[in-house]
Amino acid sequence: MARKEQVYDDIPGTYVFDAERSRQGFGINMFCMSLLKEQNRKAFKANEAEYLKQFRLTSEQTEAILKRDYNRMLELGGNIYFTAKLGATDGHSFQHLAAVMTGNSQDDYAKMMLGGGRSVEGNRSRSGKNTPSAFIARGAAAKKSAAKPKAKAKPTAKSNAKSISSKSKSAKRK
Amino acid sequence: MARIVAGIGSSHVPAIGAAIDNGKTEEPYWKRVFSGFEKSQAWMRELKPDVAIIVYNDHATAFSVEMIPTFALGCAAEFPPADEGWGPRPVPVVEGYPALASHIAQSVILDEFDLTICNKMEVDHGMTVPMNLLFGKVDKNSHWPCPVIPLAVNVVMYPPPTGHRCYMLGKAIRRAVESYPEDLKVVIFGTGGLSHQISGPRAGLINSKWDKAFLDNLSKDPQKLVKIPHVDYMREAGAEGIEMVMWLIMRGALDDKVDEVYRFYTVPASNTAVGHIILANRPRAVRQRAPAHKAAKRATARKAKAPAKRAAARAKATLIRGR
Repeated sequence: MARKEQVYDDIPGTYVFDAERSRQGFGINMFCMSLLKEQNRKAFKANEAEYLKQFRLTSEQTEAILKRDYNRMLELGGNIYFTAKLGATDGHSFQHLAAVMTGNSQDDYAKMMLGGGRSVEGNRSRSGKNTPSAFIARGAAAKKSAAKPKAKAKPTAKSNAKSISSKSKSAKRK
Repeated sequence: MARIVAGIGSSHVPAIGAAIDNGKTEEPYWKRVFSGFEKSQAWMRELKPDVAIIVYNDHATAFSVEMIPTFALGCAAEFPPADEGWGPRPVPVVEGYPALASHIAQSVILDEFDLTICNKMEVDHGMTVPMNLLFGKVDKNSHWPCPVIPLAVNVVMYPPPTGHRCYMLGKAIRRAVESYPEDLKVVIFGTGGLSHQISGPRAGLINSKWDKAFLDNLSKDPQKLVKIPHVDYMREAGAEGIEMVMWLIMRGALDDKVDEVYRFYTVPASNTAVGHIILANRPRAVRQRAPAHKAAKRATARKAKAPAKRAAARAKATLIRGR
């Protein structure tokens, strides 16, 4: 059965671990959990394909694990907190995994993070819903209207009083 | 009576724990993060809470995918730090407060929040990292400064509880705490976030504008946050940024009007925007005196018209509503 389209499937580059993926990916995630034990890590490393047979995995899931295709694992029901344990078994840092999933080198990825991370601008929607959430938009609108009286050259007595009271409030908070 | 005096919001990035455990806190990258918590640690030392309720999430440690409780309250006497693949963190075993925890469980379940009760549970970085950030580094063989009641929230599998549900649970927890007879000074932590995505091709997403708006409203107008749909968190603050709903449990447990004691924000720690806030309830004595005085005035006015008994009943109702 094809996946039912969900509202959050519109978010680009994102596989939301929902109840359906949780059901499909149970085997992937239980395999990853097993790697918390040293003896299991050794058994897996000794013969990966054989080790995977004890989990109920589809052939696609097995292939994604063997190829370390992390995005495909997420798509097929893996969850990042679980698949990260496979990464750790391979001796990789989390940032390495993140870089792999984004298709960047770890250096470039680390630089992007130091530079403030990936911007949300242009990364909100596949279908072009690129306006910020109403919550942010409302906040921004409120700020604009709050800033207006201050910007005016001739404040009326009323707006003046307002800005003073808001100033004293913020002073208190500090 | 037990009383919640303050709420603390804090990220719980695992790399922060690793930096503490591996002695990297003085490196410039990490110093930038840790310096933001120095004042908070001093504040906490002065406050000396009797118990901390810590809202956090488990990261495929205690719960895996075999059981996914939406809200799970730790009622055990102790919570050992879990082995998350690199050995347990070198921090003390977290001591619980079973008497208050089981009281909270009983109270909030009858208040229609169907909690899972955990009488045996290990805890991961989601809880011990914020503890380190607020209590400082504590030797493995020593003790944390106060006992802790863990409240684990599912934010790993979609859907987590809604922001509104979290906020209302906070209120139920507050009612539970205030109906506990022992005089206890309680703090409540909301942990996780702020904006971050660590999965898929969009990993690395940070939205400082969102984070700032979230902190502003958390402080002054939490009702605005309660209405945010999950898809907005995931779209704007990253797939894993949805952890921020846990902060609303903390906020719900506080008074409607609070004082913002402290705030800190920095990008990044590893893959995450680090956010931290301290919100304090205003001192109870001051808060109660004013409405009591007003209510008394109103009651006197009514007494002139209505029988004294009814007026007193109304005054009492006003007091309760006005709280």
